[in-house]
Amino acid sequence: MNRVLLSGTATGPALVLDESLSMWGGLDPESGEIIDRRHPQSGAIVTGTVLLLPWGRGSSSASSVLAEAIRRDTAPSAIVMLEPDDIILLGALAADELYGKTCPVIVVDAATFDSIENGAVVTVGEDGSVASSQ
Amino acid sequence: MTLTLSDRDQSLASGEQGRAGAMAMRMITRLAEANRASRLIDVTSAHIDSCLYHGEAGLDFAERLVADGGRVIIPTSLNVATLDLLHPDLFRGDKRLAERGKRLMAAYVAMGGAPTWTCAPYQLSLRPGLGEHVAWAESNAIVFANSVLGARTGRYGDFIDICAAITGRVPDAGLHRDEHRRAWAVFRIEGVSDELLESDVIYPVLGHLIGRATGVYIPAITGLHPSATEDDLKALGAAAASSGGVAMFHAVGITPEAPTLEAATGGATPRLDVTIGPVELRRARDELTTRTEGPLTAISIGTPHFSVAEFAQLATLANGITLDPDIEFYVNTGREQLAAAAAAGYLDPIRRAGIEIVADTCAYITPIMREREGIVMTNSGKVAYYAPGNLGIDVAFGSLADCVESAQSGRIVRNEAVWE
Repeated sequence: MNRVLLSGTATGPALVLDESLSMWGGLDPESGEIIDRRHPQSGAIVTGTVLLLPWGRGSSSASSVLAEAIRRDTAPSAIVMLEPDDIILLGALAADELYGKTCPVIVVDAATFDSIENGAVVTVGEDGSVASSQ
Repeated sequence: MTLTLSDRDQSLASGEQGRAGAMAMRMITRLAEANRASRLIDVTSAHIDSCLYHGEAGLDFAERLVADGGRVIIPTSLNVATLDLLHPDLFRGDKRLAERGKRLMAAYVAMGGAPTWTCAPYQLSLRPGLGEHVAWAESNAIVFANSVLGARTGRYGDFIDICAAITGRVPDAGLHRDEHRRAWAVFRIEGVSDELLESDVIYPVLGHLIGRATGVYIPAITGLHPSATEDDLKALGAAAASSGGVAMFHAVGITPEAPTLEAATGGATPRLDVTIGPVELRRARDELTTRTEGPLTAISIGTPHFSVAEFAQLATLANGITLDPDIEFYVNTGREQLAAAAAAGYLDPIRRAGIEIVADTCAYITPIMREREGIVMTNSGKVAYYAPGNLGIDVAFGSLADCVESAQSGRIVRNEAVWE
């Protein structure tokens, strides 16, 4: 049973992160690029993806960076996590509040998380459903 | 679980107390519902991370609250910001960033935030005690409050910090609750020399290693030297909150909720049990350095902000030295600690040596350094972690004494013997 932190609908190619990411110091909200040079997917673009981010890490400022990315339309179209995270959720909530732009945040179990292949098209439903097709 | 609001919460939510109160309460209740909290609880203070400019979204949020009459109702400290208002000439960014940064700072002061401009609110004269509920953002402040002070704060991000300050309320969830403060990971330090255990340089390295390894579990650490100071624990926590999502750690025999390992774990069997020896520590230390070959151009210390005790150490190390003329040397601090260090006479030998003091902000989050092509040396695990991505620079990690020695010789000098 998925847990909806922020509901909404989205579709996009899955970007499955091999490691967690602090969006502050890790994501450039102007370009949507992962800029944490220690991250295995440094250089990848998150824009429009369904971002599979196992859990939150690092800076409180990640909320501001995510909200700014959503405002600029460089953010993922949805974020799917293994563990709930207030800092990620707050960035999405603030952008929803300010701009009416919704980046859904959904928590799924490990089996669901692991079943989603990088690049597969993932659809997030209003009810929190997360479905992928190859 | 359904969320039950008090009469006052409902009054705020309905807009009876103004539009800013309604927006703040809406953010708090949405967070509470996502966390499946059944109620909100009072907090006694807030620490605002949102006052550092990261783009228009943060400014839009703050200025909307100001326009709607937002005002804090609990003591509220403000984090580092974009500008050093005491030493404005240090800023090397463009005019637009300066203007936006200043506007954001003004918005938080207008709402009643105290212009403390520090990432280390636990160094301020007023700080929370054991069991006290607070709403602190800034990852290193969160981990220090929970771990070293035994106060209780969630791992809060931007936006909610000011909403908690305006409403005085947070969700009764996460680290506010006993059951979420237990350690599920144990890190046992074994076979490490007393010299290294008693050195300042082990703490950021340990924090980096533990942050990376522990995942979402609160770690308990055994085998730390009982001489660990607040500055040592500050360095450990800041590094662990950078490489990981650590919002609390237990240092067994040192931090207030961990008199014993059993107290820290609640007697449960840990899900992760790791032994840390000299080999693991050396490996983690090396991860904090991206390059050692090439010119050393700057030193940056005081992340998190330098304390009076650290100024005393630096004053001794810097007394009578001459810096290499090609090296920029910055020490970052908050204005309250700076005033105390000045009163104690610690600043004269530091300034005479040519070390520049940065207040209100930090040399790794805002454009201050003149030269960015070479290597920046630091004693901070946090700077070592973030600076390569944030500033696009190379970093070398060393102890405080290593940093001072390197600044004199103009090349990276580190005491390797302590790592043998």
